[in-house]
Amino acid sequence: MEVRFRLNGEERSVDVGPAQSLLSLLRDGMDLPGSKNACEQGECGSCTVVMDRQAVCSCLVLAADVDGADVTTVEGLSNGEQLHPVQQALIDGGGVQCGFCTPGFVVAAAHLFEGNPAPATDEIREALSGNICRCTGYGGILRSLEELAGR
Amino acid sequence: MTTTTDTQVRGGIGESVKRPDGIPKVTGNFAYASDLTAEGMLWGATLRSPFAHARLVRIDTAASLAIPGVHAVLTQDDVPGRKTFGQIVADQPVLVDGEARFWGEPVAVVAADDPETARIAVATIEVEWEELDPLVDMETALEQDEVFRYAPVRRGDQQASGSVVVEEYYEVGTQDQAPLGTEAGLAIPDGEGGIDLWVTSQWTHEDHDQIWRSLDLAPDQIRQHPTGIGGAFGAREDMSLHLHLCLLALRTGRPVKMVYNREESFPGHVHRHPARLWYRHEAESDGKLVRVEAKMILDGGAYTDTTPAVVANAVYFAVGPYNVDSVTVDGYGVRTNNPPTGAMRGFGVVQACYAAESQMDRLAAELGMDPLELRKRNAMTTGDAMPTTGQIIETSLPTVEVIDEVAAIPLPPPLDSDDPLHLPGGTGLTTTPQYVTRGIGYAVSIKNIAFSEAFDDFAEARVVLTPSGVEVHTAAVEVGQGMVTVLQQIARTALGIEQVAVVPADTSVIGSAGSTSASRQTQMTGGAVLEASRALRAVALERGGGDELNSEGVWRDGALAMSLEELCADGPLSEHTRFRHPPTVEPDENGQGDLHADFAVAAHRAVVDVDTELGLVRVVQVDTAQDVGMVLNPQSARGQIEGGILQGVGLAVMEELIVDQGIIRNASFTDYLLPTFLDAPDVEMVLLEEPSPWGPFGAKGIGEPPTISSTPAVAAAIRNATGLALNRVPIRPQDITGT
Repeated sequence: MEVRFRLNGEERSVDVGPAQSLLSLLRDGMDLPGSKNACEQGECGSCTVVMDRQAVCSCLVLAADVDGADVTTVEGLSNGEQLHPVQQALIDGGGVQCGFCTPGFVVAAAHLFEGNPAPATDEIREALSGNICRCTGYGGILRSLEELAGR
Repeated sequence: MTTTTDTQVRGGIGESVKRPDGIPKVTGNFAYASDLTAEGMLWGATLRSPFAHARLVRIDTAASLAIPGVHAVLTQDDVPGRKTFGQIVADQPVLVDGEARFWGEPVAVVAADDPETARIAVATIEVEWEELDPLVDMETALEQDEVFRYAPVRRGDQQASGSVVVEEYYEVGTQDQAPLGTEAGLAIPDGEGGIDLWVTSQWTHEDHDQIWRSLDLAPDQIRQHPTGIGGAFGAREDMSLHLHLCLLALRTGRPVKMVYNREESFPGHVHRHPARLWYRHEAESDGKLVRVEAKMILDGGAYTDTTPAVVANAVYFAVGPYNVDSVTVDGYGVRTNNPPTGAMRGFGVVQACYAAESQMDRLAAELGMDPLELRKRNAMTTGDAMPTTGQIIETSLPTVEVIDEVAAIPLPPPLDSDDPLHLPGGTGLTTTPQYVTRGIGYAVSIKNIAFSEAFDDFAEARVVLTPSGVEVHTAAVEVGQGMVTVLQQIARTALGIEQVAVVPADTSVIGSAGSTSASRQTQMTGGAVLEASRALRAVALERGGGDELNSEGVWRDGALAMSLEELCADGPLSEHTRFRHPPTVEPDENGQGDLHADFAVAAHRAVVDVDTELGLVRVVQVDTAQDVGMVLNPQSARGQIEGGILQGVGLAVMEELIVDQGIIRNASFTDYLLPTFLDAPDVEMVLLEEPSPWGPFGAKGIGEPPTISSTPAVAAAIRNATGLALNRVPIRPQDITGT
């Protein structure tokens, strides 16, 4: 079936399978591999995208359900060479190691900062508690985002 | 090893240089194995054994092969060369050979037009099984002499005895590395009967050496390429889908991609060995250790994998960094039908350290002595003999210093908040502060760096000077730890040239860099890059007739004598090295000898809050002092140490494969619990810089120590809070409540 939706600021129209997830659509159908598949159960946040102003696990969203929606993926956050402040902060603060969780963290953190430009440390921890990182122990990610929050 | 020839340059050693892969990783453009595609690509999928032990009575692939869009369905009969693989002993069939020996063992593989068709094809293969009794108890396996390796230690007077004795039994559960990226790869036929393979791996040359044998090809017909890896932690030290991809690509003549989902990733790689350990410590009343005896069994699963080396590590580091003259250890790696086990960060030392450090606390309690005082009274340093192997320690070994430094880090303030985020149980609102008890615990560890026991351990690197800067060619695999950054820094400092690019090299263009494991790449490939860079500098200076090299060229008496372009007028200048660490030997029949190349110590202190009614634990803070030789990149070192500590915390309180009759019952991220942002303790650290005799600029590997003594420190803290014995990790709620 055909769905029409806004993806990273552009109107798109695409055929989707009846059982296809948004994650599969993005990765395999629309050449946007930035959203990562690590658990397919909504437990790790590696596939986080923003859909209609909500951060969601795209592995749990039916592709057919994005009809009419506004979706932002990690690929939609930087503007050419100009990184999103969250992206720059994670690079500067040592928030990236293997990087597999990073796109999900970038999207979830950008979403947090959009609603709250100066989150407290506990607000950062709680807002990102749905994103698993196996490399950093979260320390580098926390310091990166505390720095961005001006703390 | 710093010499006067090393130059000050921006981005050299000692700076928190940013990762070269940072931008692609934050923008989603970094290509992991699971992101690769090729024109005309097929998708692979795997049929797995539903039993931990069963006879394959019949397999019929005809119906599966007849499905439109299915291009190949392969079984063990289709393996053209060596039917088995394995890096120490080739005892694992490429596909089930008539008998499945663990749950999830690959039985057949298919290639189809798309992933859905591939999955349907797998489900359509007709299989008849005869279920067999699985061997799932490691002590039974030992009784039946199902032993991959027995490693003994007999050192000193075997009759020695002390006046104070503590004797206990310990268990360690099965931990999963749970790298965020699952096993994935892409095999592309080269049109001439060979294959180019991109696959999640920690050691491309070792894989390559197994792959060509099973495919019955010449070695140069297979090229294994480094690719983006979403974490490893040991899980990729042994092969997974490598051969399956190649078999399917060769059969179909088309590129084949395969990506494990999380459920199949759990049985699809080796885990940390579950272990049972019996310990007896004897000391004099002043705390001096007199004798340590240990017996340990590690469950090696169905195939050898790296079990022999893991057992050796557990045995040789059974005592910890303490001087004892009388030691007896018997270590066994046994064969069962439990999930595969092999390398995971800490590699055998984790299990031994948990038990041995628990013993040290018990001994201190028995002696009425401060646990840190007991450790310091027995602490090894440079010049002492390893209590197990007798090897004299030649490297720096600041054991007392790491203990003192970690103890000097300020403790966190007492629990003063009723914010549920700061309480055990979190937003589950399970408790209030009055029911929470705080505990503090310490542990100390020693770990070998690089490969041991006479293994021919080397790393190759080629450093190339071009008019636009320097290229470092290496087959060493970056798995996320930051090696690419450190290699750049080493080359910059050695050459005085800022423009350095690390170029990942496939198996056909350079020799092995060895495995990205054993905390070895900074010292080994880093050592190779340093050696090659210094040789390259000497060549450049000679050619340019000068005394200094930098980003512009060779200088003489303060004036530019020859530009990089002129230096490279006849082509790039290139130096290649094969770097080896000091040789090690095989153990004698008593486990004695200079078995190890280098050592590092670490100490951890954990602070926990425990809800003793529900058995819930919040790990508040884990501090560490670590012997790092020399810090090459402070930010990167901190990241490695924090990440390693959290994996140790995970083993202490939550991470365990639940295995029932060989079957993993929690093969998902819903059921296998990983520490989240809210589970992560604060970490304060002190990095002790006493140089290694042979690490580049004195650096030691830093990846594993954080994961080793953090687990027993957390266990000690929970014991301190509860007064319970807690002889098993992970410590579950029921272990605390007794219900």
